[in-house]
Amino acid sequence: MIRLTLRQLRTEAALVCALLALLAIVLVITGIHLEQVGHAFETTCHATATCGTAADPVLALDQGLQTMVPGLALVAPLLLGLFVAAPLIGRELETGTFRLAWTQSVTRGRWLAVKLGLVGLGSVAASALLTWLLDWWQGPLDTANRNRFDPLVFSFHGVVPVGYAAFAFALGLAAGVLLRRTVAAIALTLLGFVVARIAVTSWLRPRLAAPLHGSLSFLAAHPTLEVQAPGNAFGLAPPAVNIPDAWIYSTAVVDRAGYTPTPAYLLHACPALRTILDQGPASVPPTAVHACIQRLSTTFHTLVTYQPAARFWPFQWAETGIFVAAALVLCAAACWWLRRRYG
Amino acid sequence: MTSAVLEASGLGKRYGRKWALSECTLSIPAGKVVGLVGPNGAGKTTLLNLAVGLLRPSAGSISVLGGRPGSTARQLARVGFVAQDVPTYAGMSVRDHLRLGGWMNPGWDAELARDRVERLRLDPRQRAGQLSVGQRAQLALILAVAKRPQLLVLDEPVASLDPLARREFLQGLMEAVAEQRTSVILSSHLVADLERVCEYLILLVNSRVQLSGDIDHLLATHHRLTGPRRGRQTLPGDQQVIGESHTERQSTFVVRTEGPVLDPAWSVEQLDLEDLVLAYMRRAVEERRRPALELRS
Repeated sequence: MIRLTLRQLRTEAALVCALLALLAIVLVITGIHLEQVGHAFETTCHATATCGTAADPVLALDQGLQTMVPGLALVAPLLLGLFVAAPLIGRELETGTFRLAWTQSVTRGRWLAVKLGLVGLGSVAASALLTWLLDWWQGPLDTANRNRFDPLVFSFHGVVPVGYAAFAFALGLAAGVLLRRTVAAIALTLLGFVVARIAVTSWLRPRLAAPLHGSLSFLAAHPTLEVQAPGNAFGLAPPAVNIPDAWIYSTAVVDRAGYTPTPAYLLHACPALRTILDQGPASVPPTAVHACIQRLSTTFHTLVTYQPAARFWPFQWAETGIFVAAALVLCAAACWWLRRRYG
Repeated sequence: MTSAVLEASGLGKRYGRKWALSECTLSIPAGKVVGLVGPNGAGKTTLLNLAVGLLRPSAGSISVLGGRPGSTARQLARVGFVAQDVPTYAGMSVRDHLRLGGWMNPGWDAELARDRVERLRLDPRQRAGQLSVGQRAQLALILAVAKRPQLLVLDEPVASLDPLARREFLQGLMEAVAEQRTSVILSSHLVADLERVCEYLILLVNSRVQLSGDIDHLLATHHRLTGPRRGRQTLPGDQQVIGESHTERQSTFVVRTEGPVLDPAWSVEQLDLEDLVLAYMRRAVEERRRPALELRS
C-alpha cells in the first residue's frame, strides 16, 4: 500500500524534491553571503556605536530573492493542498479507481491511514524543511528589519507555515472527498485556504492575547510636529514609534484621562500648527516648533498599543495549534464522510 | 460443493430516500459461473458492490463465503472484483498495475499475471489510459484473477466492449476460471453474453429475484405452447404460466413444468434463454402495473 501510494505520487514527489533541492542550493549560497555581510556590519556598528541608525547593507543584497522568498513561503503550503491533497482521494473517487483500490487485499482503513499518514506527514515534513531553510536565510534580514512580528512577516517565520501546510493538506483532502471532482476540489481548497488565512491574520490573531499599552513621553515620540487634516479632522499625525520586533497595533496622542486633543485645543495651545497646516513644516522656525512640543508635552503623552516581542513564540505556537487542530478536524470529517457515503 | 457463495436476506441499500435495492433475499451456489441478469436499475450493481464490501447494507444482511464483505484483509483477499467501466489508473503502465497487484495482495500469482499479459499481447510499458477499452477490461480481469480469489465478481464487464472484444474477454474469463475453479458471479443486462459462459442464472427485477436456477434445468422445464385459443385456467395444475399472449384464434403460453407436456393440441417449442428471461421480465413489469390498472377500472 505504501509502495502504491509512492508510485501514484511519484511525479509530484520528484517535483517537490527537485524544487526543494534547487531552492536549497540558491538559498545556501546567497544565505552564507548575507550572514557574512550582516555579521561584518554588526561588528563595525558596535565599534562605531551606529547600530540602529546606520542602514544595514544586507537590505540592499539579493533584492529579487528578498521579495521572492516571502511569496514562496506564502504559496508553498497552498500549492501542496491544491495539487497533492485535493486529487489524493478526490481523483480516485472521480475516476472510480477507488473501486479497484478498495477491492485489493488491503482494508479501507489501512488505505486511508497510509494516504493520510504518508502523504500528509510527507507534505508537512517538506513544508517544515522549506520553512526552516527560509527562516535561516532571512535571519540577517530580520536582524536588520526588526519586524518579524509584523502581521505579514509573522506568517512566513517560525512554525506557522507548517500549521498552514497541515491545514492546506487537510482542506484539499476533505474537499476532494466531499466534491469527488478534482477541479472543483482544487477551487474549493483555494477559496477555503485564502479565506481562513485572511480571517485568522486580520481577525483572530489580534485577539489571541490582550495587547499591552505603553506610554511614551510626548517629547520622545515627537522629535518634530507633523499635521494631518483628512477632511475636517485636524490633528497631529500619529508618531512613528519603533519597538524592535514588537507588533504595534496603534499609537495615539492622549491626555491623562485618555482623550485625544481636539483641533480647537491644538490650535489654541499651538497657533504655529495653523501655519504648518497651510504652508508646510518648513514655514515655521524650529524654535517655535520646539516650544510648541514642550507646551503639548505637559498635558499629553503617546500611547502605544502593542504585542511585545516576547510574545512572538506564544503567538506562533497558538496560531500553529489553531491550524493543526483545524487540519485534524478536517481529516476526521473527511474520514467520516467517506465512511458514511461508501459504508 | 453445495454451500452458498453468497447469501443475502432482506438486503437493502438506500441512497437518501431512494432504495436502490430492497428486500433482496437470495442464495448463490458455490463452484459455478453464475449470471446475474436484470434490466437497468434492477439493483445488480448495488448488489455486487454490497457483495465485495464497497457498500454497506442499509437493511438486512449479506454474507460472502461465510464472511462479512470487505470486513478484513483476509475477506478482501478471497474475493476478486472487476467493477463496472473497469477502472484502472490511467497514468500507470500495465506493468505498474501488476506490481500494484503484487503489493496489495498476499496471494498474488505473478506468474499467472505475466503469463496472461503475454498471451493477450498487452505491452507492459503502455499506460492504462492508452489501452483500448477491451484491453483495459482484460487488465482489470488479470488483476482480479491473479490475486487468486475463491470468488470472482464481475459487474457488467463487457457492457462497453465491441462484439469481438466481448468474446475475447469472456474467453479469457473462462480460461482463468477453468484453471482455478473459482466461483464467478457475472452481471449483465444482455442475456446473450451470459448464455455463452454461465451455468447458473439469477434474474433480478426491481430488487426481487424473479428466477434462479441451473440454466440447463431452466431451459428443460420451460416451454412455449402454441395452439387454439383458450384461457390459462384450462392448463393442468403443474404448469405454471409465466406469460401468455392471444390472437383471435390462437393462444401462446410460456409455462414452467417439471413434467412433460402431454396435451396433443399444443405445439411445444423449446425456449432459448433470452425468451425465457424476457418472459419473466415482462411478468415482473406487469405485476407491478396491475394494481394501478385495477384502481383505474
